This record gives sequence, C-alpha cells and structure tokens, in this order.
Amino acid sequence: MADGEYVLEARGVLKIFGNHVALDTVDFGLRSGEVHALLGENGAGKSTLIKILTGAYQPDGGGIYVDGAEVSLDNPLHAQTFGIGTVYQEVNLLPNRSVAENLFLGHQPRRFGFVDFRRMEADARVLLANYDLHIDPSSELGTHSVAVQQIVAIARAVQLSGKVLILDEPTASLDRNEVERLFEVVRGLKAKGLAIIFITHFLDQVFAIADRVTVLRNGKLIDTRQLDALSRTDVVRLMLGKDIAFSGATDVEPSETPDEVLLEFKSYGRRRSVLPFDLTIHKGEVIGVAGLLGSGRTEVARIMFGADPADQGEVMVNGKPTSLRRTTDAIRHGFGFCPEDRKAEGILGDLSVRENIVIALQGKLGWFRALNRDEQLEIAGRFGEAMDIRAASLDMPVKLLSGGNQQKVILSRWLATDPAFLILDEPTRGIDVGAHAEIVRTINRLREDGMAMLVISSELDEVVAYSSRIVVMRDREMVAELRGKNINPGVIVQAIANHTDEAVA
Amino acid sequence: MKRFQLERLANPQLLALVAVLLINWLLFPNFFRITWQDGRLFGSVIDVLNRGAPVAILAIGMTAVIATKGVDLSVGAIMAVCGAVAATMVVAGYPTPVAVIAALSVGLVCGLWNGFLVAVLDIQPIVATLVLMVAGRGIAQLITEGSIVTFNEPSLIFIGTGSFLGFPMAAVIALVLMIAVTLLVRRTAIGLFIQAIGVNRAAASLAGIHSRMLLVLVYALSGFCAAIAGIIVAADIRGADANNSGLWLELDAILAVVIGGTSLLGGKFSIPLAVVGALIIQAMNTGILVSGFRPEFNLIVKAGMIILILMLQSPLIGNALGFFKRDTRQAGSK
Repeated sequence: MADGEYVLEARGVLKIFGNHVALDTVDFGLRSGEVHALLGENGAGKSTLIKILTGAYQPDGGGIYVDGAEVSLDNPLHAQTFGIGTVYQEVNLLPNRSVAENLFLGHQPRRFGFVDFRRMEADARVLLANYDLHIDPSSELGTHSVAVQQIVAIARAVQLSGKVLILDEPTASLDRNEVERLFEVVRGLKAKGLAIIFITHFLDQVFAIADRVTVLRNGKLIDTRQLDALSRTDVVRLMLGKDIAFSGATDVEPSETPDEVLLEFKSYGRRRSVLPFDLTIHKGEVIGVAGLLGSGRTEVARIMFGADPADQGEVMVNGKPTSLRRTTDAIRHGFGFCPEDRKAEGILGDLSVRENIVIALQGKLGWFRALNRDEQLEIAGRFGEAMDIRAASLDMPVKLLSGGNQQKVILSRWLATDPAFLILDEPTRGIDVGAHAEIVRTINRLREDGMAMLVISSELDEVVAYSSRIVVMRDREMVAELRGKNINPGVIVQAIANHTDEAVA
Repeated sequence: MKRFQLERLANPQLLALVAVLLINWLLFPNFFRITWQDGRLFGSVIDVLNRGAPVAILAIGMTAVIATKGVDLSVGAIMAVCGAVAATMVVAGYPTPVAVIAALSVGLVCGLWNGFLVAVLDIQPIVATLVLMVAGRGIAQLITEGSIVTFNEPSLIFIGTGSFLGFPMAAVIALVLMIAVTLLVRRTAIGLFIQAIGVNRAAASLAGIHSRMLLVLVYALSGFCAAIAGIIVAADIRGADANNSGLWLELDAILAVVIGGTSLLGGKFSIPLAVVGALIIQAMNTGILVSGFRPEFNLIVKAGMIILILMLQSPLIGNALGFFKRDTRQAGSK
C-alpha cells in the first residue's frame, strides 16, 4: 500500500473512554471514487471512528492522514477545510428556512453587506440541478420529503467540503424508492471521484452500492474487503463472528389443526386512514404485514390497538363482540403495541429502564395498586435477562441505551403484562444485527408459546421467516392474504406491485 | 439505607436554604432568636415558615403540574377568587366551614376548567391557564363588588393567624398538605404516571395510562392548593383584596418548583424540595426585610441569589461537582 493511495486514512487509531477501549488500533483507508461501507453492531466503534475522522473526537493514539500527509483535525469545521463533510441520519438542517438558505447558510453570497437572495437562489438552482433535483430553492425545506432533505444535506456537504463525504445511516427513514433516488445521487458523486463512507444497518443497501467494506467488532478492526468477493452470509459472519439463526428464510409450517380463534375483525376500518378489512387471528399465529411505507400498515396497527379508534366494522375478542375505543380498552383485552417510532412514541427517555419496563403493567394495575421498588426491580430484572438487555444498571435513563436495547425494553414492557396479542410495528428497524437476531428469536419463541402477533416489517426476508400468514397492504387497503409454503419475498413483491387482487394464492 | 437517607439530606436545595439562613444570621444576629409568648412561638425563623406557607402550598400543586410538562399561571388569580368567596360568604352570615368548603370547591372547579382546556382541548398549558389568570381577577372583583371585603369572623381568621402546638396555622396546613400529597403520589402509581406523561405523553398514552384524566386531576389539585392559599391569605389580612391577593405569587410558585429541582420540561419531580424552594424564597424576602437593606435593593438581591442557586443546579456546574448531579438525579426518584 503506497502512501498516496488513500485520500483519507486512519492508522492505528486508538480511543479510550475511561477504562473502556472504544477503538483499538484501527486502520482504515478510503480511496477516491469508491463507496466504502462501514459495518458493525451498535457499539462496535463505527460512530467513534467517524467522529475521529471528522474531528469531533481526538484520537488517543495513531494518526489521521489526508492525501498521505498527517493532519490533526480540531473539530468538524476544521475537517471541512480538508474536504471532509458529513451527513447524519437525522437531517440537521433548518426545516423552517428555504432550501437555498440551507445550502448556503454561513456562506451566503453577499451584496453591499446584505444577503443577495436572488443570486443565492440562482446558485442553488444550478447546484441542485447537478443532483437532478428540480425544486423551488425559495421553498421551505421542511415542506419536502426526508429524501429530498437528505439530498439537500448531501449537496451542502459536498459543496462545502468536496473530497470526502460521510453518510451516517442516511437511509434509515426512507422508503424503497427514496433510497434508490439517494443511491443515484451517491453513484453520481462517486463517478466524480468523491470518496464516500457509507454507514447503514441494511445489508441489501451495502451490496447495492458499496465497493469495499470495513467491518468493526468491539472496537477492533476485523477486516477490510472488496465487496464483490463476499456473500451476505460472509458479511454477517464477519460482523457477528458467527452465523445467525435467521439468515436462511425458513417458512413456518402452518399447523394442521389451527388453534382457536382469538380475534376477528369484520369490515374494520377508519375513514381517511384504512379501508375496511376482514382479518381473523388465531392463537399462536404470527401475521406478517407487508407493504410500502405509507400503504396503511401503521394505521392498521393503530386501529387495532385503539390508538386511533375505528369508525366502522366490528371486532370480536375470544368470540365476544367488543369495542376498542382507546388504548386502555385494547390493553384490558391483553393487547400490546410496540410503535414504529421508538423515540417519539415508545420510550420514556428520561425515566429509568426499570420504570420503562413496568409502566404498562402498572398502567394495567391502576393507580392504587402500585408496584414497589423491589417488585419493579424483580420484574425489570427478569425481563431484562430474558431479553438480554445490555444496560449498566436498571436505574439508568433508557435514553442512554442503544436503539436495539431500547426496542428490547419496549418489548419487555409488553411481555410483563402477559399479553395475548402483540402488535410490533417495524420491531427491527434501525437496530444492530445482534439485537435484530434476538428480537426475531423472541418472536419465534412467543409464537411457540401460543401468543398471537401482528408484525409489520419492511424486511421481506424477515417477515417470511417468522410469519404464519402475510397480509399485504397497498394504498390503505388490505389487498392480499398469503398463506402456506408459497410465501416468499418474490410473491410478496408481486402482491405489493400488482393491481389485481386474485394474482396471489 | 440509612446512609442513603443521609446523602439525600445533603442536596443543593437544603444547602442553599441553610446558606440563606446563615447569611440572614450574619446580617441580623437575632435572626434565630425564638421566643414563646401567648402560647405560640415568635421569631424571624417562625415568620419565614408563616409567610412562606402560601407559596409553599401553591408550589405543591405547581410541582405536579410542571412535572407533566405544564404550567399553571392562574394560581394567583384563583387565590383572589377563593379568598373573595370565603370573605363574602362569612360576611353574608354563612358559618365558616360552609364558606371554606365553598371556597375550596370554587378552587377545584377553576382547576378542572384549566385541566379541561389542557387535557381535552389540547391547548398549550401556558395559554390555557393565562385565560383564568386574567379573568380570575375580574371574577374576584365581581364577587367583592369592587371593594375590599373585610370580616371579623374569629374561626376564619384562625386559619390565617392561629397557631397549633405553638406553630403558625398556615405553616401547619402547608406541612400536612405536603405530606398528604407526597404520600398520595409516591405510595400510589400516580407519581410514576405523572412523570411518564411529562417525559413523553404520546408514549405514556400508548402504554395504557389515562393521561387525559390524570392531567385534569393534576390541574384540579393545583386549583385546590390555590384555594387553600387564598383562604389563608384572606384570613391573615381579615379581608379579601381582589386586586392584590396572590398577585405575582404564581411566579414565586414556579420559581420554588424550579429551585426544587423539577425541570420545566417535565419528568422527575420532588414536592418536598419544591416546598424547600418556597422557604428559600421567603427566607430571602425576610432576610432582606430584617437586615435593613433599602427596599429598592430587595428585588435585585433576590434575583442575584436565585441566579446563584440555579447555577448550582445547572448540568454544567453539576458535572464539575459530580456530587450535586447525583443528588438532583435521585431527588425525584425516591
């Protein structure tokens, strides 16, 4: 390896927090004109490495080299002057300002000391045209989709730095088409010779776009490899150091004698939300819900849970007609719901892991049958262990846990109520591979224990692996129900895309 | 467990209270002198307890409201309304218990109204309670017909100026209320639910907490506390002054809660520490008064002290002195 080969290089980088070694003499090299995926479980050291490469952290050992020359990056702004720019998962631009202002904030073209809006918007139009983005630069950024905002963020980063672009989980909140759009932009930048670091949890996307991959595990460099020589299993094995259970999609055998019926929804729906649907759910059954973002998947979950009450149709629980007007009705019948947006609707960030786990059970017990601290610790400890929640203490605020552990906390919260029916909305989104496997294992275990579940997921392989049946949503309508051994991702994609309902068995 | 209790006593609020009292003592050597006279205690410290009681009582309800990420600006006005109700009723010849129960009910209704606006109509708390903050004084003036209603009913006056075991009645009421409400929220799950709503109302509702009902009750509690404070103040001056009773006390109550370590962003809270906050404020007021500063300096000195206390609680300084941080974290969680 010649010195000049890399635009950006880390050699033997060491970072220690307290007595925890976050990065243990890691080497990393980035060539111009490549998309380099950085992979690892949460806590593997990806973000620490990125923060060192962008100057947010200072390394405790080793060095950073730009074009072969050692540099010391004081802060992200300083890193920008070396051509290194970053786009984070949550777009950190100003949604209430115009697109043009966001592109040029801090570098606005001036005239007589005032911002020259006309020139700024003209420049913005030219700049965005490079990204095939034809939007009005004077429009508010917040009115555009997240994908467009991401592209604006990328345009800003490239404009300001222009040599190295770091994309930190840019696709986490995008749907399939938007991801493709973003990838076109990335490919265009790559063709222009930019060096791009791409961080994601989605292996599909790594294979779709990356040239090389670097895998970190527990702060150590595992390997850097050319991607075309690797299979998915190879990559997962590098990340985990072992094979994971669900990598091969195995159909769940439909039991010969279906268990007793738990729930029956008849023409159940809500105006302007979901068209009426019929669905019968048996005990010990996992219903997978597939469909594109915005197809009404989450809306179905919220109606079933009473978070948005239905305004038509009827529902029977254990054969008895009932109504689910609010979440407490559903919970009384033994329902549980893990929402899609963990941060906004799931966790109680400032409260402890213990309180987060017992809250639903306590809600069920009511105001005056309070669990005391010892009971809370016992329950939280039991589920924490069963779900393998990695928290330094059950009394630490839940917001300090990683995404995967937070998801396990919310799952534990409902398992503590001993539910009969669990609704999981994207339970594995944005969490690391280890937690992912743990949650899939839990779903399988609960099904075997006879719990009924409704699981919404964008990961088709995963839905196929654990579902007894799959319903497909399209345009706020339940358009197909797939069952039996012929469930596979191909058929689901067909059902999502198809406009005739009979096409699938 | 014993050690833990001792550590909890060494929190910044109690240290600040001790510091303020010590400064008062340095400026006014007789500050700690307590005498026994006519079957009751007299002295500057007793005066702090007595004068601090109304704000302490407001702070009890305000803590719960702020813990839900709300605020109740109307408590000062509710004090005026309830004082007016109690005064006009005894003047009209009703017995004291009836007048007091009527005043408490009016406070409760005012609180329910705030709760309705916040929880059911989803109006931002600061705006919702602003309505009654402004309208309340008008209502109080309508009740008193624009004059200061004075009365001489001894049993009502006793609530404001009487004594129990030598301690001023107002302070005793505040203490009993503090213990009762603290036990209510800590021995039941209500405290946990209040925190959950304050931290993330959407998540709390999805977890099966009746957030709407709880919010209404929290504002009702605040209105009820304001009614008690209003009756005490009216009884103390033997009259209901619609314009000045409880004026600006909502701000003192909010300050007491904040000094008590409860964040305006909701979540963890401590009612006893809010009461300590109220005592800190009153100790400063009394100290400035007895030490003979020119009154023009009062507000400035008070502001300076408050800045100091809040600085001690800021995360930045808390990190530097790890000690404080740990304590504020534990303060609310029991």
